[in-house]
Amino acid sequence: MTTATIPGVGRVPRKYVPVLVTAVLFLVMFAAGGIRYEDFATGQIILNVFIDNAFLLVVAVGMTFVILTGGIDLSVGSVVALSTMVAATLLKHGWSPWLVILIVLLIGAVLGLGMGAIIHYFEIQPFIVTLAGMFLARGLCFTIDTESISIDNSTFVGFAQTRIDLGGEMWVSPSVLIAVAVVLVAAYILHYTRFGRNVYATGGSEQSALLMGLPVGRTKIAVYTISGFCSALGGMLLSFYMLSGYGLHAVGMELDAIAAVVIGGTLLTGGTGFLLGTVLGVLVLGLIQTIISFEGTLSSWWTRIFIGLLLFVFILLQRLFSARSRQ
Amino acid sequence: MTEHILRMSGITKTFPGVKALQDVNLSVRRGEIHAICGENGAGKSTLMKVLSGVYPHGDYEGEITFEGRRCEFGGIRDSEHAGIVIIHQELALSPQLSIAENIFLGNERARRGVIDWNRTNYEAAELMKRVGLRENPTTPISDIGVGKQQLVEIAKALSKEVKLLILDEPTAALNDDDSAHLLDLLRGLRDEGITCVIISHKLNEVIAIADAVTIIRDGRTIETLNMATDDVTEDRIISGMVGRALDNRFPPHEGTIGEEAFRIEDWTVYSPSQPGRKVVDGAGLTLRRGEIVGLAGLMGAGRTELAMSVFGRTYGVNISGKLYKDGKPIEIRNVQDAIGHGIAYATEDRKRYGLNLIEDIKRNISAAGLKGLSKRGWVNENEEYRVAERFRAGMNIKAPGVTSVVGKLSGGNQQKVVLSKWILTEPDVLILDEPTRGIDVGAKYEIYTIINRLADQGKAVLVISSELPELLGLCDRIYTLSEGRITGEVPRAEATQERLMYLMTKGQE
Repeated sequence: MTTATIPGVGRVPRKYVPVLVTAVLFLVMFAAGGIRYEDFATGQIILNVFIDNAFLLVVAVGMTFVILTGGIDLSVGSVVALSTMVAATLLKHGWSPWLVILIVLLIGAVLGLGMGAIIHYFEIQPFIVTLAGMFLARGLCFTIDTESISIDNSTFVGFAQTRIDLGGEMWVSPSVLIAVAVVLVAAYILHYTRFGRNVYATGGSEQSALLMGLPVGRTKIAVYTISGFCSALGGMLLSFYMLSGYGLHAVGMELDAIAAVVIGGTLLTGGTGFLLGTVLGVLVLGLIQTIISFEGTLSSWWTRIFIGLLLFVFILLQRLFSARSRQ
Repeated sequence: MTEHILRMSGITKTFPGVKALQDVNLSVRRGEIHAICGENGAGKSTLMKVLSGVYPHGDYEGEITFEGRRCEFGGIRDSEHAGIVIIHQELALSPQLSIAENIFLGNERARRGVIDWNRTNYEAAELMKRVGLRENPTTPISDIGVGKQQLVEIAKALSKEVKLLILDEPTAALNDDDSAHLLDLLRGLRDEGITCVIISHKLNEVIAIADAVTIIRDGRTIETLNMATDDVTEDRIISGMVGRALDNRFPPHEGTIGEEAFRIEDWTVYSPSQPGRKVVDGAGLTLRRGEIVGLAGLMGAGRTELAMSVFGRTYGVNISGKLYKDGKPIEIRNVQDAIGHGIAYATEDRKRYGLNLIEDIKRNISAAGLKGLSKRGWVNENEEYRVAERFRAGMNIKAPGVTSVVGKLSGGNQQKVVLSKWILTEPDVLILDEPTRGIDVGAKYEIYTIINRLADQGKAVLVISSELPELLGLCDRIYTLSEGRITGEVPRAEATQERLMYLMTKGQE
């Protein structure tokens, strides 16, 4: 059987179940927040989650590609920080903001390409290679400056302060639009292109993909390049949000991104998962933060505790599903 | 010499759907070397697993008496405790640990929980001397060859005070020198009073070393021959191994054979794990359009290695030889090249190498031929769905729909998905490695029909199979492979199981 029965919904293909579970969880959390706090159950609360986590969303999209092939990218947080740093310092020297953005995106993609190439050609575990990349990128930040560099370029400030009105007193920032565009493009690539198929096939069974003549090596290098590019773009969105570059930005963000992908139902061993799940994963993480800030008395570290518990639950769920599908 | 150290009587072992062993009897006299012969899948390894407790007591019917006592082994620990040690074809050594550490693994020489390294290495050296292994006990296993690793396994068995040593295909992976040394060692152990049971495909070795031979066929004991009193020849053993009637398990087929489609010449492949060992040795074969050609060989003969090295160098190192497609020389460096030249290879291990089990039927079918279903990288999903549905109907794949996950299908239906996948790439040459392994009889018939249909479309088909009746029923011509060499080419009219088995067991002179 490839379907599961869910009360009230009927039969759905089993592969959608983890995404649905995350969606239900999100709705339940939203409803609970609405009951407990006044002014919580508004559309703007959800939009705020998007606004505050646009950069994480973009980074998690890149991470989804990598994890779908069965790999992992630990370097993303450091690449985000490096991107903010490079952007801030170049802007301080009076470079054109559009050129700066282009350069930063290029640096991210090249870093990813390099790591992907090392992983493929030298057959080294992605964990180790991207761990090295993580140290490298983080270290490079401090060769630029050990202090925070503020950004006062008018284009960047414009990105930070523009409110796009959606009517009904709801608004989003330009970063949200960029993030949503990235999600749509990525979802399209994953589901409608041969490259997308190769990503799933490589994660599902690398050996059989090789024997089918699929370009496994090229696919693996490409997903790390995409992840590097997404990290750089995430770094740009973060610098719009923070209006500064700093070597200690985005510390531990790689783990948030991994958590979002896993909570979104993508298997860490690769081969199955959806981008929509990743979006929901990021929203769940963001909503936990929002609820804790509404609670007021709880320290922000409770966010971590809840994320930790959620991860446990989801990993156990995945274990259950994969155990059952093997029978 | 009539005392029996081991008696297994009336052993029956059933797996869901198949009787692997049926009323098997085996009696081994103390101090002899007893060979067990049979085709691939005859039940030899299952029998040894019953004996060594891999299948615990209660999991099978029948009785085991060892050293005069009835045995009810619950696991390998019990059988080893009784003095029965089995050495599998796949050696169970830990590659990064030293020879001495491996010998005493699980049985460490320790004083109050602390390992006594002097004693470990000293005793290991003693045991190594007994098996004729000249190495430093502290050398890691990964630094010595397979032949020497085999000796480490035997030394390990000796350290456990073995009374009955079972070796499963001990010389299959060894070169001639190592094989000869191993056989000498077994004779030496026999003189020390250790009884050996060896499973072997190499009949010349069996005749050279064994005191008795038990022949198993289709899970039953056929006979036990005594080398001293019976007149045992290779032919005698072969006729015991294969004597089985062919029945109507094959769809009738008259092929129209056309031009040469594919030729392999002087193909030599070396093992990637043991440098210097030739796995395929100067092999050559020709496939013609519309023809179904068989490749017969026993386990370890190099069949899959030959096929995979041809299919985009997916196995082996230092590959040399020539390939011709439609008479013209071609170069195949990787799988994409092979597919580009119209060659398809359906693997023997479809679960591991042939399918993406967590993906659905549609995407598995389209995986290798996606190029034809897409434009500039964008997949035409409607077309993909239609193609998959066409194959589901045409191949009679039994599943609720093409979005069913492949991992949940039966073996026969999975194989149909694999075949669909390759047919979609529109190959001229199909290499099918064990196309009916693990498939029930009804589905086998369907697979044979599909293979016949492919030949009728003018494709050249090479079928690799361990089942001789299958090759005889299906193929127009059969090559035999033994120790990496083509030892014979037999047209359908002249092919018999005995003749093939003779060619398959022919060693190198």
